[in-house]
Amino acid sequence: MRRALFIGAMLLLLANPSAAGAAERLVVSLSTQRVLINSVFSGAELVLFGAIERDASAPARRFGYDIAAIISGPTQSLLTLRKQRVVGIWVNVESRTFVDVPSYLAIYANRPFDQIAKPEVLRRLHIGFDNTILRQRIGPDTADVVRGDAFRQAFLRLKVDRRLYLESPKAVTLLAPTLFRASVPLPADASVGSYSVDVMLFADGALITRTTSAFAILKVGFERFVVTAAREYGLFYGIVTVMMALATGWFASIVFRRD
Amino acid sequence: MEIYLPIADLPVNVFLVFAMGLAVGFISGMFGIGGGFLMTPLLIFLGVSPAVCVATVASHIAASSFSGALLYWRRRAIDLALALMLLAGGLIGTVTGVWLFTLLRAIGQLDLVIALSYVILLSSVGATMIFESIRAVIRLQQGERIDARRPGSHTWLHGLPIKVRFKQSRLYVSVIPIWIIGGTIGFLGAIMGIGGGFILVPSLIYLVRVPTNVVIGTSMVLTLVTMASATVLHAATNHLVDAVLALILMVGGVIGAQFGAQAGQRMRSERLRLLLGLLVFAVGLRFAVNLFLPPSEIYSFRLLEGQG
Repeated sequence: MRRALFIGAMLLLLANPSAAGAAERLVVSLSTQRVLINSVFSGAELVLFGAIERDASAPARRFGYDIAAIISGPTQSLLTLRKQRVVGIWVNVESRTFVDVPSYLAIYANRPFDQIAKPEVLRRLHIGFDNTILRQRIGPDTADVVRGDAFRQAFLRLKVDRRLYLESPKAVTLLAPTLFRASVPLPADASVGSYSVDVMLFADGALITRTTSAFAILKVGFERFVVTAAREYGLFYGIVTVMMALATGWFASIVFRRD
Repeated sequence: MEIYLPIADLPVNVFLVFAMGLAVGFISGMFGIGGGFLMTPLLIFLGVSPAVCVATVASHIAASSFSGALLYWRRRAIDLALALMLLAGGLIGTVTGVWLFTLLRAIGQLDLVIALSYVILLSSVGATMIFESIRAVIRLQQGERIDARRPGSHTWLHGLPIKVRFKQSRLYVSVIPIWIIGGTIGFLGAIMGIGGGFILVPSLIYLVRVPTNVVIGTSMVLTLVTMASATVLHAATNHLVDAVLALILMVGGVIGAQFGAQAGQRMRSERLRLLLGLLVFAVGLRFAVNLFLPPSEIYSFRLLEGQG
């Protein structure tokens, strides 16, 4: 039955491609566009709100709507090392470089991914860690490797342990058939930079429409001042730090002077 | 109270970091060492990246050793001439060390070399100090009078050429062993990210026979100069010095160092050496455990350079 409906929907799409985008519209909003890092920052939580707008031409969706969201942070390159016992001691023997992978990645949905769409659809849309592209440097080239690769799995495990990668088929809550929300936890060590939010609407196993949004993590005030000073005026910054050290040392010796 | 560190990019508890500074400062003031070999592993344990640790700890050690050095300066317990001679060797050692550091990093075995040098150096220096000081304590209890200085007992080191008179230390020795000691400390400091005071102090006492009362102040001067220049170098090249973290550590460190120095002056020197020996040995052992025991996670990752 579902299969027949799916094929029907596909045929409909093929017959009238413009109707696919027009019938339903996704409207999403983030609780904030700028996450500010100040001296009391200890992580943040964003809320993603969304509504599905239907116009008159929208067909009845027998199984309702499904939502998937991918939130990904600025890219980074990470060296992953593997230890092995060599003559009794544990040494890093092998390493792989993951090139331009997201520093933060949250893959959300309102129900298990495999119930939302077929594996090939999920793969094309990069839904689920198994479908995320994680490029490794292989010789002069970069490429993703097989899913079962030990380094790939270890990389994901380390990221998940640090709460920088999340995969949750229950994180999107449908408040009403056309209204949803999801909360996006950002740990304190989430990278500074711009984050993209990609929200996808599914019905009957097919992608109906998608929309993107973005937010940024920024350093402000004193934090920003220190970082700018350290990056732009390194030598001066170093000298000031040493002066601060000497002043602190001198001050202590005055305060604690006994003779 | 949590505070976000701008360069280390993570929040830490101010009181915890302050207490760490206080504790390490106390130890550094007591034994006349920088305390880098304690502070660096502690910060790494907190989650600060090793590169930021090494760079930031340098400034903390500079503050601690300056306040300590001032204390010893007032007591006239610093041999400036000796400190300058050590520094001359130290600079050459640092340059060589930085060169090897870069080379090892290129090969990819820097971590192993650092861990191994911590194990070998700390456990051997620690064990030597423990044995020596226990012997001294036993001899003292048996009522034997020991004279640490033993003016008549010249070793082969004293037969070397280019002799210089160090008035403050009441020494007339060749500068060659002093340059070698200074050079070794500079070299190890660059490789391991430590001030090297815990090796410098016993080397000066046992090898060159510098009087114990002068040795700590002199070692602090050397530590101060090397760590201050290390801070500036790290800040200018790697931009990894976290001034906020440094300030919290420093304030704790200098306060701890004052109390430590006073406690150290009241203690018998062989007891002091025994304590320091135990501490150094324990840290060495901790690194050994890491090397020999199977880790809970055999994979690790780190950010490649040039990225925020």
